[in-house]
Amino acid sequence: MDYVMAFIVGGLICLVGQILMDTTKLFPAHILVLFVTLGAVLSGLGLYQPLVDIGKAGATIPITGFGHNLVTGVIQDVDQYGLLGVFTGALRSAAGGITAAIVFGFLMALLFNPKSK
Amino acid sequence: MPVLTKEQQDYKRFAKNKKPKPPLLKNMIMAFIVGGIICTIGQIILNFFVSRGLTPGQAGGPTAIIMVFLGSFLTGIGVYDKIGKYAGAGSIVPITGFANSIVSPAMEFKREGFVFGVAAKMFVVAGPVLVYGISSATLIGLIYYLLNM
Repeated sequence: MDYVMAFIVGGLICLVGQILMDTTKLFPAHILVLFVTLGAVLSGLGLYQPLVDIGKAGATIPITGFGHNLVTGVIQDVDQYGLLGVFTGALRSAAGGITAAIVFGFLMALLFNPKSK
Repeated sequence: MPVLTKEQQDYKRFAKNKKPKPPLLKNMIMAFIVGGIICTIGQIILNFFVSRGLTPGQAGGPTAIIMVFLGSFLTGIGVYDKIGKYAGAGSIVPITGFANSIVSPAMEFKREGFVFGVAAKMFVVAGPVLVYGISSATLIGLIYYLLNM
């Protein structure tokens, strides 16, 4: 059941992105920025967690889930450390993903060359 | 605005009808299916970590790391961009697409050197994502702090 819900929720989030790309002049970079911010705002309003409860990886793997992850971390750290947590929470929570993206990204760029088209 | 002759007006109308429309429905279906498959793979990895004793909350971190690795590797060997040609947003919106947006320009600009080429261009798309993601999360955190003071 997890898999079906992950497929549907994740697919729907991507579908919204596709509609925006085809009907507006937004580039993929705009979509990513818009979605990460949207995920953060929805999470702040308490609306993203229910989506995670329903869709699990279908809600956390799309980039909106990255925004949700940042906000979850900030709120945890504010509860624990007060004002300092405002500045530490986002990156602490997303540290694994961001470090993986930088290190694996750098490594792959060193190992491989772009394929000729 | 110059006045168009009747022929020009006719041509304009003719050209407008001939302009290719993006095949919206097909794109939507492909984005849904590919995005759904990528998230299902994420769920398989997540469930694996849960089965090893992590809570679903804890398992999110290692799952994201593995998905980022897969996205980077598939971009390196040239497979991810082939998927992207058909999947559109289905391969852009998942976190694997975030990894793709880092590796792709980094490889492309290697000839410009390892500082201004690889390392700088890695963040062409990822930089804005981090700037807006972290800024909005921090702002929300500040509001949350002020509301709970």
